[in-house]
Amino acid sequence: MKTLTRPEQVTLTINGEGRDVVIYPGETLLYTLRGDALGLTGAKPGCENGDCGACTVLIDNIPTKSCMVLTAEVENRHVTTVEGLEDAPIQHAFVDNSAFQCGYCTSGFIMVGHALSQHADAPDDSRVVEWLRSNICRCTGYQEIYDAVRSVCQDSTAP
Amino acid sequence: MSIIGTSVQRKEARNKVSGRARYTNDLTIPGTWHAVVVPARQAHAHILSIDTEKAKQIAGVKAVITGDDVSVLTGDVIEDRPPLAKDKVRYWGEPIALIVARDEATAQRAAGMITVRYRPLPVINSIGDGIADNAALVHEKNGGYKVATPPAYPKKQTNIADEANVEKGDVERAWPGSDITVDIHVSLPQIDHAAMEPRVAKAEILPDGRVLIHCSSQAPFEVRKLIAKYFKLNPGQVVVEVPLVGGAFGGKSSVQLEVLAYIASKAVGGRVVKIVNTRETDMASCPGGMGLEADISLAARQDGHLLAAKMRFYMDIGAYTDSAPRVARAIAAQCTGPYHIANLHTDVFCVYTNHTYTTALRGFGHMPMTFAVERAMDELAQKLNMDPLRLREINALKPGQLTPTKARLTESNLGHLPLTIYKMRELIGWKQGKVERVGEHRVRVQGVAAFWKTSSSPPNAISGAIITMNSDGSVNLSIGAVEFGPATKTTAAQILAAQLRIPLDKVFVHEDVNTHVDPEHWKTVASMSTYMVGRAVIDAANDIINQLKSLGAAVLRCSPDDLDFGDEKVYVRDDPSIALKFSQLALGYKYKEGDSIGGQLIGRGRFMIRHLNLLDQQTGKGRPGPAWTVGVQAVEVEYDQNTHQYRILKAASVVDAGRVINPAAARGQLMGGMNMGLGVASREGIHYGHDGQFLNNQFRSYRVMRVGEQADEYLIDFVETPQIDAPFGARPLGEHGILAIGAALANALSRAAGVPLNTLPITPEAIWRARRHQS
Ligand code: FES
Ligand code: FES
Repeated sequence: MKTLTRPEQVTLTINGEGRDVVIYPGETLLYTLRGDALGLTGAKPGCENGDCGACTVLIDNIPTKSCMVLTAEVENRHVTTVEGLEDAPIQHAFVDNSAFQCGYCTSGFIMVGHALSQHADAPDDSRVVEWLRSNICRCTGYQEIYDAVRSVCQDSTAP
Repeated sequence: MSIIGTSVQRKEARNKVSGRARYTNDLTIPGTWHAVVVPARQAHAHILSIDTEKAKQIAGVKAVITGDDVSVLTGDVIEDRPPLAKDKVRYWGEPIALIVARDEATAQRAAGMITVRYRPLPVINSIGDGIADNAALVHEKNGGYKVATPPAYPKKQTNIADEANVEKGDVERAWPGSDITVDIHVSLPQIDHAAMEPRVAKAEILPDGRVLIHCSSQAPFEVRKLIAKYFKLNPGQVVVEVPLVGGAFGGKSSVQLEVLAYIASKAVGGRVVKIVNTRETDMASCPGGMGLEADISLAARQDGHLLAAKMRFYMDIGAYTDSAPRVARAIAAQCTGPYHIANLHTDVFCVYTNHTYTTALRGFGHMPMTFAVERAMDELAQKLNMDPLRLREINALKPGQLTPTKARLTESNLGHLPLTIYKMRELIGWKQGKVERVGEHRVRVQGVAAFWKTSSSPPNAISGAIITMNSDGSVNLSIGAVEFGPATKTTAAQILAAQLRIPLDKVFVHEDVNTHVDPEHWKTVASMSTYMVGRAVIDAANDIINQLKSLGAAVLRCSPDDLDFGDEKVYVRDDPSIALKFSQLALGYKYKEGDSIGGQLIGRGRFMIRHLNLLDQQTGKGRPGPAWTVGVQAVEVEYDQNTHQYRILKAASVVDAGRVINPAAARGQLMGGMNMGLGVASREGIHYGHDGQFLNNQFRSYRVMRVGEQADEYLIDFVETPQIDAPFGARPLGEHGILAIGAALANALSRAAGVPLNTLPITPEAIWRARRHQS
């Protein structure tokens, strides 16, 4: 990992594209993504200390809370944000299952659900629950979100 | 198929799943400066001095503002709150200074450099502290503040900010005639709205005098009104814009951050300044939901009929009143729950404490009030050895009877509680509250509770709608209600599509609210948008239909009365082949020769609430809302008698919705409401330290529901008794999922554990304590 003592230009791979941005030492990935240079505001700040998951993005396909990662740490790694999904099944599943109301938590949950659906081994129900527990939604009853994610994951217990 | 009663996709659905839906903090105007709030670190203390020098010296700091720089007092009902603490602080987290800097990091750094010297005062850390004899005063000036929106009756030299009373029949005469009485005391902590989007406000003052505010508010028109009032501006000068809001639950109906943003902008020559709450500030510095202590006494006959009730509610409103007097009146007016009690005496007190101040929270006081009443009802059922649903059924209010404040009930304004109870029996497989053993020390039991709620809106609440027609006959709809989750805008679009008999995709709704262009709407609260906006939309649709017909009549050389419409056309009723498309009329009709008549079709509609009044000071007499929504909720739990842990197997609601306009959205509202209510009842609550410090202002310590903790199964059903004056008969439906579900949980667990559980939250430890206390 790089050591930064003052603003410096780094190259990031975001949604498959190389991007040069100037970052401050101590700048979180959430901040960089949402900043003027990148303008990827799909990831939301909800707590900025790892509790809520609204800021979740994928780093090398692993859902990660972008408020808990320094931008300097992700050089040479692949960052995927909700804007990088292209008509992914999880997005349709969220619409079909009414899995959101205000929508503020949605990007985060979608990224968790998308990563899970891409995961090689098909998750059982408790695995789905475990993954989704990283995030908070205050509007829905959670069943809608669970159903949406379940519907795009292969079921290990299915015959 | 009619669009009404259809589960349509919300208009902004695709944006929300693509990360492209925009909230207040997603748009930044280049050159924006940042302001941060410096919170008090004492709950009750005199401010001896605030040293701002070091902070001012930091490069990039543009202004440091304290209470001494601001002279206004703010408050929705009573003007008792300085935007920045002045002379003393009254809660831990109270904004004490505001730093404006080039960027957020600089402002945060400067905030750490502010030193405040305090002289601590005794902390009013509970309702009990507040009402004790010789209690320290949170407000020495109580009773001397301006009451901006009467009524409110503060008691001088006390911590009682307001009192609301209801008197009906003769309690003292009725009491001795009863066979059975119950007395219970309930205690509920303050809670937080915990909307996932922390509050945000931006302000800019332009050289031409206009003030632009962007904020995450449920009440943009209230923001405009109050900013104009506090700072002596013309309302037209103040333009408030609100895009999508990331959850609100009443917490964003109060005006606070917007005022601070204005003050910050003003201090730096009107530049754009933005304040974005951290989660910690959002919880500790901005208003939460009230706490409650209540004593409920019910008197009944052996057959279960209620004869009389005495009730005292003490609200922990925190350090400032905000909307508390309105909430107190809402509690007073609905204090019996949906039951007929002929003899009633109720007092509701707003108690100032050194806690974070409070505002509306989903249900506007009806949730804590319902908890108190429904716990008492269940204790009564147990004492009578009666089916708890049956007890509720026989006491249900009926058309022709009077509410606690003597408003007359009709089938239209009340709906049908007995029918919801009937359906609930089936829906949950009702077992009369019996405790079933399912394992060596595990039992299953069901609990129920019923609710009713009305709007408690001001008697002059208004709404409006403007429709403009596009060249292809599609329409744009402009309304003043904010979209924070319940599909308010989509419902308005459905109503318009139905009224104009056009497809829903021909209706485009203005997603944001801008007070400069959208017609005034009171506030997006009280589940009233469908009713109020819906009525305005129907009015506007009728206006545009009249225009279509009158222009069509001129072109077709007939009377407007000869015309009907449908399929995006106006046509001659007796010969539909003589017709004009909406698109031919939308921007005026062009004759073959090229000359034209008409102009753009613009429909306008408005609505004003009617027949409401302020409640009488002594007796509470008055009408608090246009109609009530009634319903019954139930849970089934499995409880472990050894560990006191429990699992919620079923959570069920049957609501008289009048008419369900969007079933998917309605179910979503109810499920979300139940989930929040079960979270509140099972784990939520603000903890204050012995010195009044707000101890849990993060999600790791303020625990809300997470996936896997929700009910295993949600069950929802509707009764549809139309509210005649509402659009398509639809009753308010939004907050209601939360109202009685916590009481239902407490009722179930009280039976399971064999001990009354009247304190929230009901954690396994709390059950253990209650049992130990009893034995
Ligand atoms: S904002 Fe990152 S976890 Fe809440
Ligand atoms: S949809 Fe609002 S927080 Fe999840």
